[in-house]
Amino acid sequence: MIAELGAFCLVLALAFAIAQTGLSAAGRIRRSTVLAAAGEGAAVASFAGVAIAFGCLIHAFVTSDFSVANVAANSHTEKPLLYKVAGAWGSHEGSILLWCLALTGYGAAAAALGRGLPQGLKAVMVATQGVLGSVFLAYTVFASNPLTRLAAPPVEGRSLNPLLQDPALAIHPPFLYSGYVGMSVVFSLAVAALIEGRVDAAWARWVRPWALAAWSLLTIGIMLGSFWAYYELGWGGWWFWDPVENASFMPWLVATALLHSAIVTEKRGALAGWSLFLALGAFTFSMLGAFLVRSGVLTSVHAFAVDPKRGILLLIILGLTAGSGFALFAWRAPQLAKGGIFAPISRESALVLNNILLAAATTAVFLGTLFPLIREAITHEAISVGPGFFNIAFVPMMAVLAIVLPAGPLLAWKRGDLAGVAQRLWIAAGVALLAGIGAYALASPRHALGALGLAVGAWLIAGAAAELVERTRAFRAPLAESLRRLVGLPRGAWGMTLAHLGLGVFVLGACFEIGWRGEAAETLPVGGSINVGGYHVVLDRVGQVQGPNFDADQAILSVTKDGRPICTGRPERRVYAVGGQTTSEVAICYRGLSHLYLVLGERRESAAGQAWLVRGYWNPWATLIFAGPILMALGGVISLSDRRLRLGVSARRRLAEQPA
Amino acid sequence: MRRLPVAAAALAGVLCIAAASDPAERLKDPAQEARARAIFRDVRCLVCQNESIDDSEAELAHDLRQLVREQVAAGKSDAQIKAFLTDRYGEFVLLTPKFSLTNLALWGGPFLVVVLGAGLLAGRLRNRLPDEDLSPEEAERVRRLSQTDGA
Repeated sequence: MIAELGAFCLVLALAFAIAQTGLSAAGRIRRSTVLAAAGEGAAVASFAGVAIAFGCLIHAFVTSDFSVANVAANSHTEKPLLYKVAGAWGSHEGSILLWCLALTGYGAAAAALGRGLPQGLKAVMVATQGVLGSVFLAYTVFASNPLTRLAAPPVEGRSLNPLLQDPALAIHPPFLYSGYVGMSVVFSLAVAALIEGRVDAAWARWVRPWALAAWSLLTIGIMLGSFWAYYELGWGGWWFWDPVENASFMPWLVATALLHSAIVTEKRGALAGWSLFLALGAFTFSMLGAFLVRSGVLTSVHAFAVDPKRGILLLIILGLTAGSGFALFAWRAPQLAKGGIFAPISRESALVLNNILLAAATTAVFLGTLFPLIREAITHEAISVGPGFFNIAFVPMMAVLAIVLPAGPLLAWKRGDLAGVAQRLWIAAGVALLAGIGAYALASPRHALGALGLAVGAWLIAGAAAELVERTRAFRAPLAESLRRLVGLPRGAWGMTLAHLGLGVFVLGACFEIGWRGEAAETLPVGGSINVGGYHVVLDRVGQVQGPNFDADQAILSVTKDGRPICTGRPERRVYAVGGQTTSEVAICYRGLSHLYLVLGERRESAAGQAWLVRGYWNPWATLIFAGPILMALGGVISLSDRRLRLGVSARRRLAEQPA
Repeated sequence: MRRLPVAAAALAGVLCIAAASDPAERLKDPAQEARARAIFRDVRCLVCQNESIDDSEAELAHDLRQLVREQVAAGKSDAQIKAFLTDRYGEFVLLTPKFSLTNLALWGGPFLVVVLGAGLLAGRLRNRLPDEDLSPEEAERVRRLSQTDGA
């Protein structure tokens, strides 16, 4: 009964989304506030419908209702509760429903919170959001319904892929999808601005909170996915330039560019067309990401829940929505007013440079992901694009970006003073130089590129500090004044500094980990040992443990350094009864910021008896790789709480600002 | 539709652990072994889902590793080994595509965007000069406006 209720609410939500489109569009055309408000109501109702449907799906998973096809295919009675719930978005159908939930949720939020928007702009935005909602809900209802019943329900379900039964991955899709779909509001605002023919500082200010929220969520989502790959796949790596990773990285890069170009549009009225282009691009890349991951056109280490047939439908949706968005752009954008002027050395120029490099980096990721498909279609010869390509085409762009970055916030608008900036940054430059030389001289083995990377990371961190010093006039003004300034700093400034700091932290961690990681592997009998990263790892014994839905061999590895006990690692090799898959559960021994990463491999019979393959990785400063993105997202959230950007505040303030 | 994810999952399940460090396969000379490992990272495991033979535990990856190790031990250069692999399996086997005319769009695309962007920025900066000063009419308007304000 509950599944039917969910299916019914899903159809209802589709009807409301269509009504939302029609009413809002009519409201705009007839300039009727009543019709527009009805459209907004429909947006909220559509969200409520999807939310109920989603609740019903989760209910079906939690109660293991195997008469629902999706539950039978992706769940199992013995699965822990968290993974029963997560199973709701572990499949193609469920994840698309999650997408719809986020899409209608953002639509409802935009309708409810955007009170300060001009009526025409808002009506068109809600209508556009309605179109997106209708298209994706129609796809869900007619081609990918997760609540379909089975005529002959099985007694037991087929369970979720064990690799996906993991806390980080259970919460990864909600973050990722909230990030992806948050870009839909940005897209709708861009379409509305193009139709209304006005892109100004106010528009950039309305776009910013949505872009910030989506960007922060996407940052966390990508970080969680990377962290999952790090400890679940057991390779000790955290980024593989895999198509699925690239698919989530492209919207992030575009959104990052948009956040920066929107500042120029807001403060100086320039780059309006370009900001619009990025606003359309962010959601286009989100949809492209969903299509690439869901359709199975790309082979990937973590392509789950793929379906080539429905991929075509997704491709059509992508082509139609993004195509009409960009067609509108081509038609209307040339009529937009040109913005303010600026000198070659100015904050505008720095932000434009940021955008050029981010656009080039996005192009590199895009070509690296899709060029093999294009080339195979044309020449019938397959090629592979792996890390080697990205190291040459992507990393240098980011390196230049990182080197220029600290100067950006210190430059004045319109016309900057390079000598003054250099004066404020020379301490940071000294810190970076020292870090680089120190790493080159002290860390063994000697690694020039790694040392260069560390210098860049130190430069970013010291640059963020220099920016804070500049804003508070620390060391130049009396301490009391500096503290007063520090407290009085707008949240947006804090957010920016924190995000830039996070990038520095990430670069530092990534370069240290890549440059100085250690690896050791041996086939060990009980009592045997390996040495990695200065640690001595002894295989004490291998026992059997039983999990809720798996059996595992568990190794007890005692780790010592110079004879002192450090920790005990318990890596496992799990065999899942349902499906018979083997997964490895790594043990990570956290040493400060560094990780000692231990993996239990297969059992081997040798002349001396049983032995196990044991691998150890020493990943120095690996924690920073994941802490960096968390800081960046935190920066986004803090910036979001800035009074100036708070959702819905503009109406009140505008009333206050209006002359009597 | 159900067969694909199952197959992918089965593969992923089998291929879970970085395989190339297996002591059973290792070369005796550490310098040669290090060279072999560097080559592995750029060779695709052809039957896998986008993995290098350095990571993959698949049978074919094992064979390819052995092949590369033999060639390294025989004193072949990196370029010779890669040429040998591409002759046998096509360009698909290398994870870094060649710098060739057919791959021009791939390698050139990102840098073209930089050049284009820089060109557009330069154009915009050059165009700014003429309208930096106010036109006589504008100056007149400013004068009139400031007078009204003062009055």
